[in-house]
Order: sequence, then structure tokens, then C-alpha cells
Amino acid sequence: MIPRVHRVRERIQEQGDSVTLVIEPTDGEWKPFESGQFNMLWAFGVGEVPISISGDPSEPGRVYHTIHDVGAATHALCSLTPGEELGVRGPFGRPWDVNAAKGRDVVLLAGGIGLAPLRPVVYEMLARRAEFGHIALLVGARTPGDLLFPDELKAWRERGDIQVETTVDRYELGWSGHVGVVTTLMPLVAGDMAQTMGFVCGPEIMMRFGARSLMDRGVSEDDIQVSLERNMQCAVEQCGHCQFGEFFVCSDGPVFRWGRVAPMVGVREL
Amino acid sequence: MRELLVEHPFFADLDSETLDLLAGCARNERIGAGARILHEGDPANSFYAIREGKIALGSYVPGRGFTTVSTIGAGEVLGWSWLFPPYKWHFDAEAREDVSALSLDGACLRAKCDADPKLGYHLSQRFAKVMEARLGITLALLVDIYHS
Ligand SMILES: Cc1cc2nc3c(=O)[nH]c(=O)nc-3n(C[C@H](O)[C@H](O)[C@H](O)COP(=O)(O)OP(=O)(O)OC[C@H]3O[C@@H](n4cnc5c(N)ncnc54)[C@H](O)[C@@H]3O)c2cc1C
Ligand code: FES
Repeated sequence: MIPRVHRVRERIQEQGDSVTLVIEPTDGEWKPFESGQFNMLWAFGVGEVPISISGDPSEPGRVYHTIHDVGAATHALCSLTPGEELGVRGPFGRPWDVNAAKGRDVVLLAGGIGLAPLRPVVYEMLARRAEFGHIALLVGARTPGDLLFPDELKAWRERGDIQVETTVDRYELGWSGHVGVVTTLMPLVAGDMAQTMGFVCGPEIMMRFGARSLMDRGVSEDDIQVSLERNMQCAVEQCGHCQFGEFFVCSDGPVFRWGRVAPMVGVREL
Repeated sequence: MRELLVEHPFFADLDSETLDLLAGCARNERIGAGARILHEGDPANSFYAIREGKIALGSYVPGRGFTTVSTIGAGEVLGWSWLFPPYKWHFDAEAREDVSALSLDGACLRAKCDADPKLGYHLSQRFAKVMEARLGITLALLVDIYHS
């Protein structure tokens, strides 16, 4: 698949060394996507990296990506300014299975940059609010200054039909939320965990802790969805870069049921 | 009191005999936001089963004041130092919001546990679980789970 040129329409500086790029295809042909899918973003002259789509799947025309500046390619992408161009391939990958949560309670567990790939799920569930039971969004970050989308979190909390809890590892003056890792928010979620669907996104170690804490409270491992990250190159099951045991993360994932991948997550060689 | 105990997850699935024993040592408390609940070094005379509100655990650090290490809330319990000698608090705790909690008297419980090993076993098991969870949380903090 050949990259299509997109132009940066807006650049939003987020907290925690992250930037949201709002981009538009220069040929005007916007491609629909599903929550949890990713694009390969090519910073010309630097490199191409997989980045999840963080916008609203029902908002056509623009594509949102929230990028954490960690290395060469992500830094080049975060440095783009309105009017500049980048290459885009995608969308790729197996999305979050939002429909599997219909009629059930939902826990969305996000750590660090992991809130970005989960944000489309929040948009989608709020747009279809009546189809789900209690929805709890539990968000953790290192410090208050690392928390993504604080204004949106506040607005969601004020709606009253979604429970939004935030926590930070390190307390700072003025912070009125919780202090502790994201799993410490679990006791705040009421309801029957045995019929809850969990969505967990963040660094892999956080997802391990997150999945375990959901299971400790009675959620079945097959009712927990996680989004895995592996190095990628082709994103179309050709190069083998993203191979993870029997799976290709680019096409079998990035979203998996925890029960399918748990034995392999944390194995050093994979 | 027994009904309030039953509602709290920490006391879930206890038989009625055990609940009666615990109820005899329990009382309902309301603690205003900002109040200091535990003082490091003070005698640990009780534990709290939180029904509502948020409590910050931490320490007083010279020059920085109260430094929060973690917060706990409804459905959780505060304090296990009443179970072990020297029965002293190792940290401070402050109410961050108005708190409603069941406070259970440590001396009363210890006497009942000595007389009834079954009660002692139930309580020790439950506190061991709380401690295991706290250790897990500390491990997660130390490995910095938000760092890719
Ligand atoms: C399906 C998928 C979706 C993703 N979605 C997002 C997203 O929405 N937002 C976002 O910011 N990132 C996302 N990532 C991660 C992103 O692709 C990497 O951060 C990026 O590839 C790093 O490239 P780089 O050239 O900037 O850094 P490199 O120069 O390759 O690495 C620099 C540093 O970053 C670390 N690093 C490398 N790969 C990753 C990784 N996968 N995650 C975190 N740190 C890494 C390296 O260990 C090194 O310390 C996603 C990854 C996948 C597989
Ligand atoms: S990235 Fe090439 S096979 Fe998945």
C-alpha cells in the first residue's frame, strides 16, 4: 500500500510530551476507520511508525493522532506544524470489539498514552450510550502534568452518564484526584464484574497489571481486550516484524482478547 | 451495625457469628474533610472500613508538609498496625473529602481474636490480602508502569 499525502490542519500540544495532529488527505478522500485501528505515519526523510487513530470514528474528513515524542520518527511527527505534509498508510488492524460490550457494564482502563487509542471507544460508547450498562473510565498517569485530554475528561465526568476517575503516581500541589497506580481505582467501580467487559490500553507492563486487577475482581480473561504494540514495518502481514508467537500484531491485532495473548505477554523472547 | 458491616466488601461472606463479634467492636464515624485521621508514631488503636469519601496516606516531610503517597476510598480499609506489636502507626492519613467509615476498635478485636482463633484467622487472612494488594501496587509504582 502506497502512502497517501496528508496535510496537518491543526497541531494540539498535549500534556506529557505529546501532540495531537489533526490531518486531512490532500486528495480529499477520507477513509473511515474503526475504534482501535492505526495508521502508519511517515515523517518524510525520517521514518514510518504505527500510530493509533485517536479521533471520533463518526467525524468524517479529518484524522486525529496523538503522538508521544519518544524517538526520531515520533519527534519528527510531533514537530510538524499546520500546512506541513506527511505520508499515511492505513487504517490497519483489528479494532476494539465495542459491540461485544452491548448490554454489559464496561471498564476502560488507560495508562499514559494509552488513553489515545481508547478515546474513539469513549466517543462511540457515549454516542450509543443506551446500548451499554455502567461505563467506568479509569485513567492513570505519572504526574498531573502527564495526564492526556484533561479538559475532555472533565467534560465527560460532568455528563454524569460515565464514571471518570483519574489517578497519578506522584502527587503535586493542587491535584485533587487520586494518588496511586491506575489499578487502585478498581474498587471505585461498583457492579457485577462477572458480566463486565474490560478494555485496557497502555504500555505492556501496565496492561499486565490492569488485566490482572480486572481478573482479580471477577472479569473473565476472554472479556478483557488489550491493544498490543510491536515494531512494525509493512503493516500488511508481509515482513514478519510484528510477529508475536502465532500472531501478526498488524493484522491479527493490535486488539486481542487477553485470554489469547496472556501466556506470551511478558515472555522476554517474544 | 451488623447491616453496615455486611455492606462493606472487606467483611463479605463472613458468617453471622463472626459478624456479631465484629459488630461489638465497631462504630460508625464521620470525619470532616481535612481532618488528620492517623499520626505516625501514635498508638494504632483501630482500623477503618471506608464507606464513603477519600483518604490520603502519606508522611509529613520537613519543608514540604503532608506528602501524599496514595489515596484510598469507599470499599477499602485503612490501617493494619493495630494487628501487630508495637501497635503504632507507620504513616499519616488525612481525610481529603468528608469521610464516612466504620471504625473497629483494635484492643476490643485483639481480645476477641485471642479468645476465638477462628475470628483471628478470618481477620488475618483478609488483612494479608489487603497487604498483598498494597505490595502489588508498590511494585507497579516501582516499575513505572506508564513508561514504555
Ligand atoms: C499498533 C500501534 C499503535 C500505536 N499507537 C501509538 C499512539 O497512538 N501514540 C504513540 O505515541 N505511539 C503509538 N505507538 C508506538 C509508536 O509506534 C512508537 O513510539 C514509535 O514507533 C517509536 O518510533 P521512534 O522512531 O519515534 O522511536 P525509536 O527511535 O524507534 O525509539 C525511541 C525510544 O522509544 C522506545 N520505543 C520504541 N518503540 C516503542 C513503542 N512501540 N512504544 C513506546 N516506546 C517505544 C524505544 O525503546 C526507544 O527508547 C503505537 C504502536 C503500535 C504498534
Ligand atoms: S508489520 Fe510486517 S508483518 Fe506485521
